[in-house]
Amino acid sequence: MELFRSHVLVCGGTGCTSSGSNMILENFEAELKKHQLENEVKVIQTGCFGLCEAGPVVIVYPDGTFYSHVKPEDVKEITEEHLLKGRVVRRLVYTDRGDHHDAGKPLDEISFYKHQTRIALRNCGVIDPENIDEYIAFDGYKALATCLTEKTPQDVLDLITEANLRGRGGGGFPAGKKWQFAANSKSDKKYVICNADEGDPGAFMDRSILEGDPHSVLEAMAICGYSIGSDEGYIYVRAEYPIAVERLETAIRQAREYGLLGKNILGTDFSFDIHLRLGAGAFVCGEETALMASIEGKRGEPRPKPPFPAVAGLFGKPTNINNVETYANVPHIINKGVEWFRSLGTEKSPGTKVFALGGKINNTGLVEISMGTPLRNVIYDIGGGIPKGKEFKAVQTGGPSGGCIPASLLDVPIEYDSLVEIGSMMGSGGMIVMDEDNCMVDIARFFLDFTVEESCGKCTPCRIGTKRMLEILDRIVEGKGRDGDIEKLERLAETISSSSLCGLGQTAPNPVLSTLRYFRDEYEAHIYEKRCPAHHCKKLLHLEITDNCRGCTACARVCPVEAISGEVRNKHYIDPDKCTKCFSCIEKCRFGAIVKV
Amino acid sequence: MSERTEKMEQIERYIAEYKGDETALMRVMQYAQNVLGCVPIDVQIKIAEGLGVTLSEVYGVATFYSQFALEPKGKYVISVCMGTACYVRGSQAVLDRICEELDIQPGKTSKDGKFTLQATRCIGACGLAPVMTINEEVHGRITADDVPGILKPYREK
Repeated sequence: MELFRSHVLVCGGTGCTSSGSNMILENFEAELKKHQLENEVKVIQTGCFGLCEAGPVVIVYPDGTFYSHVKPEDVKEITEEHLLKGRVVRRLVYTDRGDHHDAGKPLDEISFYKHQTRIALRNCGVIDPENIDEYIAFDGYKALATCLTEKTPQDVLDLITEANLRGRGGGGFPAGKKWQFAANSKSDKKYVICNADEGDPGAFMDRSILEGDPHSVLEAMAICGYSIGSDEGYIYVRAEYPIAVERLETAIRQAREYGLLGKNILGTDFSFDIHLRLGAGAFVCGEETALMASIEGKRGEPRPKPPFPAVAGLFGKPTNINNVETYANVPHIINKGVEWFRSLGTEKSPGTKVFALGGKINNTGLVEISMGTPLRNVIYDIGGGIPKGKEFKAVQTGGPSGGCIPASLLDVPIEYDSLVEIGSMMGSGGMIVMDEDNCMVDIARFFLDFTVEESCGKCTPCRIGTKRMLEILDRIVEGKGRDGDIEKLERLAETISSSSLCGLGQTAPNPVLSTLRYFRDEYEAHIYEKRCPAHHCKKLLHLEITDNCRGCTACARVCPVEAISGEVRNKHYIDPDKCTKCFSCIEKCRFGAIVKV
Repeated sequence: MSERTEKMEQIERYIAEYKGDETALMRVMQYAQNVLGCVPIDVQIKIAEGLGVTLSEVYGVATFYSQFALEPKGKYVISVCMGTACYVRGSQAVLDRICEELDIQPGKTSKDGKFTLQATRCIGACGLAPVMTINEEVHGRITADDVPGILKPYREK
């Protein structure tokens, strides 16, 4: 194997790619060639480093210098200064919340990483996801080899059951039990499915695992296949994730070439192969029975359970289906043992969970924490708090099936059961932070709008009930709320959750119920006082210019509808009839003289 | 031979590969969507005949999944992310401004066939919120005021 004196890791996750990391990679290759360094320094495109806020990110090893917000034109300087002369380019080094004393701290001491425990993300941002050798060098496929040569299928099932690995897709059902059910079903043919139809808005955990460490999922699916007696697997992945699809294709091809997928794996009697199937933009396909219908080429409509997939799943055969993150945990559990896994997290929810932290938060990105960590640590220690000195209002977990958690509950530990108790849920891992400017009624409306759009239409409570709820919410945010609306919403919510066919409908009212539970005053202000406390709902506010106005005319010039008038150096005036509330003037005003009332 | 006839033949060859295999319906339609940019009714008929499924099933699938378009899209497809992270950071204002600038509603194509505007679900680039894409080009951390400047080069092309 070739030896290099230095490695340059360029993040190839979606966030960094969107802001030009491909150009950075190309420029590095060109610069290294120019300085004849290509035999000394190796450039690798890795998966997501997690700290998307600082992207595009470049890390130089062996020293581990963490460069953030790198532009393609910075590459020349990094090459000439750092790689050639050994001088770190200080101006590009990531600083922890602007603290320049700490510039250049090792990665694991940066506060964003310090509080994390990485299992599912262990290889993301570390290895080249398009090179199977790098995965193998990090103990890749060792767990599969152990299972095939040292363990019986039942040993593997017992191990996963004892580890109490719970489904990371949101429900938290014990994976070991699921596998055991599928193993118990007698059939000539069984399937293993990986659910990579990550549809929750604001969630990109699975995407990052597939982009950063695709082999871990393939390895785990093969292990599952061995334990339940299946020889064929499918990965159902969103078509909206082109980089993930490409890397999966590469990974499957390489694994086949190495004999780690296909016939007689590692010289044993066990054969297993994996196919990819692309989704086509339907949120409901994240529901397991809908997903299987979609793999079969049909409309992705769910069907009643039982029969459960473990008995009659894909093509009517016994099937085990887990989500990406669940699988990504499996090889590590086998390599490091049940005791190690159970030492992490809590008694009822061992291990870790990956969250996509987004919204009004300083460090947007991907974080993996031990179960049981309080929300407060995630938001303030890892996430770095709320930008622009605004006040925290709520954090939303569980996507359209989850709920909003208020500030008073920030010390609740994050685990499956505790989140359900407070009216939200773990969900697949989206964690969206909201500040004082976000209207909770509007957020509930936003999620209902999503469910109405994505309801498959098969069962009536979900198809019609969510629509009725949305109509009421639309009315409330437009200032036309009526007495009795809240009670109507509650009644509809109860009917929909108790009578819908699948999880989508059953959980659809949760965003409304949780905001009603913790932010009922906001609903009441909208309905009875025709006022939006967050000054968000346009129909319920107007703009005014205060005495701070210096008459600089900047607002009048930026207004697209000429609603602002006034003499130079005199206080200006906004015509409420003309104003479209685009807020361009607020952004333009340097004196903070324009306010929402 | 016209470009369309050529593409149709390409699609028919692909259909032939999966003759009689009804489970291939989605894959064949995704192929047609990629080649033609949409799956119009004549293509749906060809697929139904080739795979041995009814036209109503093909139409059912075509209208169920948001990826399939029955009519061609504009030269530039503008997608404004309406995922939660983008929404709480103000993507609605961005979408509203684009509607205003181009005088089209989400889901519609401009009269000159140049722009199709769509409000899309999370594209997973939440670190750049709010995000919009124009074809493959990604524009991140945008405000409504950035919209005219972003659209300008495409309007002139």
